[in-house]
Amino acid sequence: MIEVKDLHKSFGDAHILKGISTTFDKGKTNLIIGQSGSGKTVFLKCLLGLFDYEKGSIAYDGKIFSKLSRDEKTELRSEIGMVFQGSALFDSMTIAENVMFPLQMFTKQSKSEMEDRADFVLKRVNLPDAHKKMPSEASGGMQKRVAIARAIVNNPKYLFCDEPNSGLDPRTSIVIDNLIQEITDEYQITTVINSHDMNSVMEIGEKIVFLKDGHKEWEGSKDTIFRTDNEAVTSFVYSSELFKKVRKMYLEENQ
Amino acid sequence: MKYLHNIGTYFIMIKDMFRRPTKWSVLKTLILKDIDDLIIGSLGIVAFIGFFVGGVVAIQTSLNISNPLIPKYLVGFATRQSIILEFAPTFISIIMAGKVGSFITSSIGTMRVTEQIDALEVMGINAINYLVFPKFIALTLYPFVISIAMFLGILGGLAACVYGGYGTLEDYVVGIQNDFIPFHMAYAFIKTMVFAFILATIPSFYGYFMKGGALEVGKASTTSFVWTSVVIILLNFLLTSLLLG
Repeated sequence: MIEVKDLHKSFGDAHILKGISTTFDKGKTNLIIGQSGSGKTVFLKCLLGLFDYEKGSIAYDGKIFSKLSRDEKTELRSEIGMVFQGSALFDSMTIAENVMFPLQMFTKQSKSEMEDRADFVLKRVNLPDAHKKMPSEASGGMQKRVAIARAIVNNPKYLFCDEPNSGLDPRTSIVIDNLIQEITDEYQITTVINSHDMNSVMEIGEKIVFLKDGHKEWEGSKDTIFRTDNEAVTSFVYSSELFKKVRKMYLEENQ
Repeated sequence: MKYLHNIGTYFIMIKDMFRRPTKWSVLKTLILKDIDDLIIGSLGIVAFIGFFVGGVVAIQTSLNISNPLIPKYLVGFATRQSIILEFAPTFISIIMAGKVGSFITSSIGTMRVTEQIDALEVMGINAINYLVFPKFIALTLYPFVISIAMFLGILGGLAACVYGGYGTLEDYVVGIQNDFIPFHMAYAFIKTMVFAFILATIPSFYGYFMKGGALEVGKASTTSFVWTSVVIILLNFLLTSLLLG
């Protein structure tokens, strides 16, 4: 579980995060949603320790990140998997080398053990024959799956995904969403996804945190989001006619 | 203020380059790859430029000696001195600031733009050590490149002098042996080592701390070349004043 308390972050005079408090539960897909400029990416980067923050605390299973020593932070980071928006695969390495990279850096496994593990996770993300390809030879969907494989290869306790569906077609997006949810459930990972894809919200949003102008506007799940009358949430989530109809049908069916 | 901030950040980067080292098994591969990219990959252009500039120095020297009292072996002497003292260590380093420096800035800058550096940091890897330290180690072989430039420069001078009819082989060989001061070699290699450090770190700084997209990678490469050249020229002046002045 990740617990965030009263998080504040500024860049110069711009106050980006204005006292966010929330928890991200273990074994659940936790979504951070909000309009562009609402502070989602800054929030995620604070969670990952890529940005320092002025006030507040972030605790990973009770361990407050800012109070950890450098070695403890390094150890904690080895328990974190991250799927970046652009996949962030190392373009000088093959797909198998990309997946084995965290094992090379943080374990004392032999080469054959690492190859076996890479083979296992690549099969898990449905890429059994992609080992020798370079990232540039893989499609966007394949790159995302390789990024997921790299993120989970070291059995992380926490998985972060920054807009995992950006640039993907709807069918591939569903595959990626389902894969993340299955992995979260299977390995009981605390998964935090930064997204503005409403399909993801409806499909896998077991916990949803809605940010607006740097503060937490609303918190709920894919079920409660249909019933909320928070105007900021409804105007963002149900901005398309399709989702308005979906919501209407849901409310009619569940009256 | 911006310049002071950049200078401070540069020195913090140098400090971080030696902290929390990457695992040797990984580092070894990175160093070998950087030796291939930065050293082996530069030999061709260095050899080509060294040979022909050496030839030009010999021809220019010969053409500018009109006084019959000046001995003909001066062509070899002047070529050797020009090549060893300035052309090989300094001029080649400025060319390398363009070739190697741009490569370093653009490759690290692209990693920044595509979030590969963020990926390293999230994993708890010291990205500065992982990216910059292997380049620094690879460039400790830079004196090898400069030695080749020296040798081929003097050889190019010989070829131009003898085959161009500007002097005899005997005169040229006497010239390159005449009044040789071994400390000049030490001076040249001290400069070379300092320039190697500059070539590894300033382009890395501009790549690592760049912000923006593809356009900014190009701008960072240009800025990196300008500042690497400026620092090399200033340090050349300083080291020459200290060591030979």
